[in-house]
Amino acid sequence: MLFTSYLFIGFVLLTLLLYYSFPKRFQWMILLAASMVFYAYSGWSNLIYIAVTIVSTYFATIQIGKLQNKTEIYIKEHKQELSREERKAYKGTMKKKQRILMVTCLLFNLGILAVMKYTNFTIDNINKIAEMFQKGTISFFDIALPLGISFYTFQTMSYLIDVYRAKHPPENNIFRLALFTSFFPQIIQGPISRFEDLSQTLYGPHDRDRRQIMFGLQRILWGFFKKLVIADRLVIAVNSIINNTDSYDGIYVFLLMILYSIELYADFTGGIDITIGIAQMFGISVRENFERPYFSKSIVEFWRRWHITMGTWFKDYIFYPISVSQPMLKLSKNSRKVLGDALGKRVPVYFATFVTWFATGIWHGASWNFIVWGLLNCLVIIVSQEFTPFYEWFHKHFPYGNTTWYKAFQIMRTFLLMSAIRVLDCYRNVGLTFKMVGTIFTKWNLMDLLQTGWSSLGLTIADYILLFAAVLLVFAVSMLQRSGSVREKIERKGPFAAYMIFLLLFLCILVFGAYGTGYDSNQFIYNQF
Amino acid sequence: MKKLIRIILMILIAVGLFFGVQQLLMPKYKSEILEGSMIAEYYQEDVKDHDVMFISDCEVYENFSPITLWEDYGITSYIRGSAQQLIWQSYYLLEDTLKYEKPKIFVFDVLGMQYGEPQSESYNRMSLDGMRWSSVKINAIKASMLPDEQMITYLFPLLRYHSRWNELTMEDLKYIFVRDTRTFNGYLMQAGVKPVTNVPSGRVLSDYQFDDICYEYLDKMIALCKENDIIPVLVKAPSLYPYWYEEWDKQMTDYANENQLLYINFLDVAEETGIDYTTDTYDMGLHLNVYGAEKLSAYFGKILQDTYGLTDHREDSNYQDIWQEKVDAYYAEKARLIALEEAKQ
Repeated sequence: MLFTSYLFIGFVLLTLLLYYSFPKRFQWMILLAASMVFYAYSGWSNLIYIAVTIVSTYFATIQIGKLQNKTEIYIKEHKQELSREERKAYKGTMKKKQRILMVTCLLFNLGILAVMKYTNFTIDNINKIAEMFQKGTISFFDIALPLGISFYTFQTMSYLIDVYRAKHPPENNIFRLALFTSFFPQIIQGPISRFEDLSQTLYGPHDRDRRQIMFGLQRILWGFFKKLVIADRLVIAVNSIINNTDSYDGIYVFLLMILYSIELYADFTGGIDITIGIAQMFGISVRENFERPYFSKSIVEFWRRWHITMGTWFKDYIFYPISVSQPMLKLSKNSRKVLGDALGKRVPVYFATFVTWFATGIWHGASWNFIVWGLLNCLVIIVSQEFTPFYEWFHKHFPYGNTTWYKAFQIMRTFLLMSAIRVLDCYRNVGLTFKMVGTIFTKWNLMDLLQTGWSSLGLTIADYILLFAAVLLVFAVSMLQRSGSVREKIERKGPFAAYMIFLLLFLCILVFGAYGTGYDSNQFIYNQF
Repeated sequence: MKKLIRIILMILIAVGLFFGVQQLLMPKYKSEILEGSMIAEYYQEDVKDHDVMFISDCEVYENFSPITLWEDYGITSYIRGSAQQLIWQSYYLLEDTLKYEKPKIFVFDVLGMQYGEPQSESYNRMSLDGMRWSSVKINAIKASMLPDEQMITYLFPLLRYHSRWNELTMEDLKYIFVRDTRTFNGYLMQAGVKPVTNVPSGRVLSDYQFDDICYEYLDKMIALCKENDIIPVLVKAPSLYPYWYEEWDKQMTDYANENQLLYINFLDVAEETGIDYTTDTYDMGLHLNVYGAEKLSAYFGKILQDTYGLTDHREDSNYQDIWQEKVDAYYAEKARLIALEEAKQ
């Protein structure tokens, strides 16, 4: 069920109506039922996969919780009799049992994700090697990826690990856990919520708060504006360039870099706006996933502000655990001996960074372009880190760091760098991507683009003007956001003015949206991850 | 109270803006693809009182002239047709028409039997968008939609036509709320001449049997006519193409005999009608031009009058002024089109 389909809009309205019509104690059950209907719409068989993940996570966390309680009670009851060492030993034994449960469940659910998402990728690579040695090939599996599997697997993994880490107790009601796992607005493209955050508001009860519903609706409209007016219009030009590599190289690849970055931003943030807006209408707070990422002055800052919930997930559940693991501490010790303190202490950090970015890349998609994309991000981060002394020296001798121009340069540099790396996402072929990006420097066809090329990309002059105006509006709203909520600012202008602003926004979406006949309505880009 | 007024005002603004924008963006079909505006034109008729109602596709709206029927026999008639109008659309248009009047005779062109399933979204639009809202229109839409079409886009055509924002012309502003008529009681006049040079023979079909759904709707049309004391007449216009197969003709002849209906295949009597395919068609035999339509209408009018004894209204003061106005407009347009054609040569 596409977010941009009439069916989905009707589905949300109906759910909302039921949600606030029934007694409050039933609210979360209505959401669960709606989430199941939403999920089943993608295929009944898909329900099996998510159900298996829910059930396995539920039983593992309940057992972990029982072991934790047992430990606590035992220690409490035998506090006087046990020495400190005995208490520690008992805790260690119990923790080991919990770890076995946690790791088993983790591997089981990761295994489902791996089989579903990476089997054909693995077969493809084996086949390529087999072809090199002129051996036979393996047939691909005919399996369809269950809806949102990457997102709900990660969400349940974080829940499982957090229960193991005793950050919060396990949820005793399997149906409530099922709602956390399958909450329909966020299942297909995130944000990747944490149980301790989402559970605060997910289960209600919620009064019908007109202001919250209006704010949610406004956020949804803004999301639709970005998705339908900008992203789904830009995709026409983006696809034209990607699908005609013979005709569109050189400056067109540079144009692709820029356009795809804008498209991805409008698409993904638009989708998240819709998600957060829907949740808000139900009185539920979902974590923000973006913080004006294109205003970032470095790639590290960019990743703190882009797809925040994914970034923190990898940081909390991959980067930190690896960094402080026993083998890494050992590596740190050894590398300090060999490379000296300064460089040696960075080796385990870089190793953890490498693993994290490799995982980030492959999480985005089962193909080499995503892996290379992740590793290029890793490379840029490590190089930036290594250049830190140089930057410090530079800023000391050339104190322009705080000037507006230098900040603008940093923002532009980060944007271009991220855009260049993202071209891997466009061509989906590592060799072709490097070849095409190379033509930016070897093929000089700017005049071709300016004279006739721009009009051959499937957009009219009116489309370009509209896109320019729409992007300008998004930029202006982002600037306004820096000093607080734009919706609250509009609200302060009075109900009539606010109404007119959002009414015009609604009409703009209806008129200028790239949907319906003549347009190939697109899935959200992040749905595929 | 103040709050209530404010809410009502807000709703009115929203509805007004929505429908204003929708009206602006909907195609007007006034300078090109005139077929798109024809279904809606019927509702602009001041007096909806016709002896004969033609409901079909281009086989009727390009080949029969109600003005000739009036001038020669005093028969009042109207054509409710649009391009590639499917048989179920014709059925629902008949239902729709019966809400306004009860004609004595209903004429249906049997070429409409050739399509057993929806063909094209744009033709659907031309047949359905112009219909006034009622349960009949909803049924017509349901019957006509292609798999990828959605009812909501018919309910709110803005959702379909929004992308016209960059194609708007002065015509869209001019006709935003007011529409004039382009046809003469549903007849779309053409004055060009493009003679028939050869008649392509029909390609061999794997199955000549008309689809069951077409028979179902034909039965429904006949039943509806009987319920309302209307005489149904089946015709096949003398268009040379699309090819009218003997097998099709036999099915229609049998059907007419079984149901005791008048069925006239004008292709069989083309010579008697006086149609000359070197001068009376504007597109090499697909449709007649105004000269051909006048000849065919004169011929058909006589059959209608002789067979059904329709009243001659020419001396009836209730009709005279209305029809004189139509006749004047008809000849003015005919003269304009002829002048245009001459200028082309």
